[in-house]
Amino acid sequence: MCICILYLNVLSRISGSQATEVKVSEVEFNPNFVSRMIPKLEWSALVQAADGLGHLQDLPTELIADYEANEDFLRKVHRVLLEVEVLEGCLQCPESGREFPITRGVPNMLLNEEEA
Amino acid sequence: MASSCRRPEHMAPPEIFYNEEEAKKYSQNSRMIEIQSQMSERAVELLNLPEDQSCFLLDVGCGSGLSGDYLSEEGHYWVGVDISTAMLNVALDRDVEGDLVLGDMGEGMPFRAGTFDGCISISALQWLCNADKKTHSPPKRLYTFFSTLYSSLARGARAVFQLYPENSEQLELITSQAMKAGFSGGMVVDYPNSTKAKKFFLCLFAGVSANLPKGLGTESADKGVPSQVQFTGQRSRFKNMKGKSAKKGKDWVLEKKERRRRQGRYVKSHLSLIGIHFKPRYYI
Repeated sequence: MCICILYLNVLSRISGSQATEVKVSEVEFNPNFVSRMIPKLEWSALVQAADGLGHLQDLPTELIADYEANEDFLRKVHRVLLEVEVLEGCLQCPESGREFPITRGVPNMLLNEEEA
Repeated sequence: MASSCRRPEHMAPPEIFYNEEEAKKYSQNSRMIEIQSQMSERAVELLNLPEDQSCFLLDVGCGSGLSGDYLSEEGHYWVGVDISTAMLNVALDRDVEGDLVLGDMGEGMPFRAGTFDGCISISALQWLCNADKKTHSPPKRLYTFFSTLYSSLARGARAVFQLYPENSEQLELITSQAMKAGFSGGMVVDYPNSTKAKKFFLCLFAGVSANLPKGLGTESADKGVPSQVQFTGQRSRFKNMKGKSAKKGKDWVLEKKERRRRQGRYVKSHLSLIGIHFKPRYYI
């Protein structure tokens, strides 16, 4: 499930996620929703994550202006946001080195005893 | 919830109480499904979201996804957080549409600032009020939860928690930590005069102050229904008042999908949506 991973606060500091299994599914396109989600993202982190998963394709490296009306652009964002899923893998925070395993698409954010 | 008179949170920590057996029981009980669905509906109503818009919501203590299913039905996208692997596995097996995260509420919500348009939580908050480990301090965990939740909500968003408070001290602790974290709001009580039907919803506002919604079954409520007939008539009340087909029936599902398509909203493919409600193993 990619969408929530993009909003986990660790992602904003990830230099490259190590995914071992990625799935792409077809999800109905809702341009209004995608448009409202974009301001909540850190664009460079989105690009990095997509690239790390090998799904950058033609996603622009810089956020374009007037994206709300640009259906072509919104479709590219929709693909990465909702259609690319990490089923098995690992998120790593480059600052702390902390790893968050992902199993069946579910990231494990539980802290160990020492970290809590 | 367990049918014994003991409160579940006094029996074991949530990740132990909600083991595979309990998780299975939860999602196969049609009465449980009905109750969760109704409470989710009421919670979403209290969120006061903009009309006809798909929102990005957080479901705290999402469990096996019973409340999340309602969010999907309403056309919203959601992320669910739960501490029980067993419950999340059931959610995955049920093919819920939302994204799931394995996490502990008391450790904080691990999301970017301003991410969610709203948050609901059905029967989960009371679990934070017990110290399951020696190192746990309930007030500290409550504060950590509320402060990180506050930051993860968009400005003007609401968080609605359905809970079963044990006593007034517990309610006091919860509300004081929420206020400390920056929230405004208060308790909405539906059907306060009926022991059976009484429901508590903690309604919190992030960043703006607003009037607290009125509880149902109180004299001044618009949708007020006499408490004596509320419980048995509850199903027909929902059907009559909105003039739509009986909930969960095939007609209702198809009407809903058609309506959402007309609104230009996100509609999942036909087979999977019908499949969720009509797999025989979820009906007793």
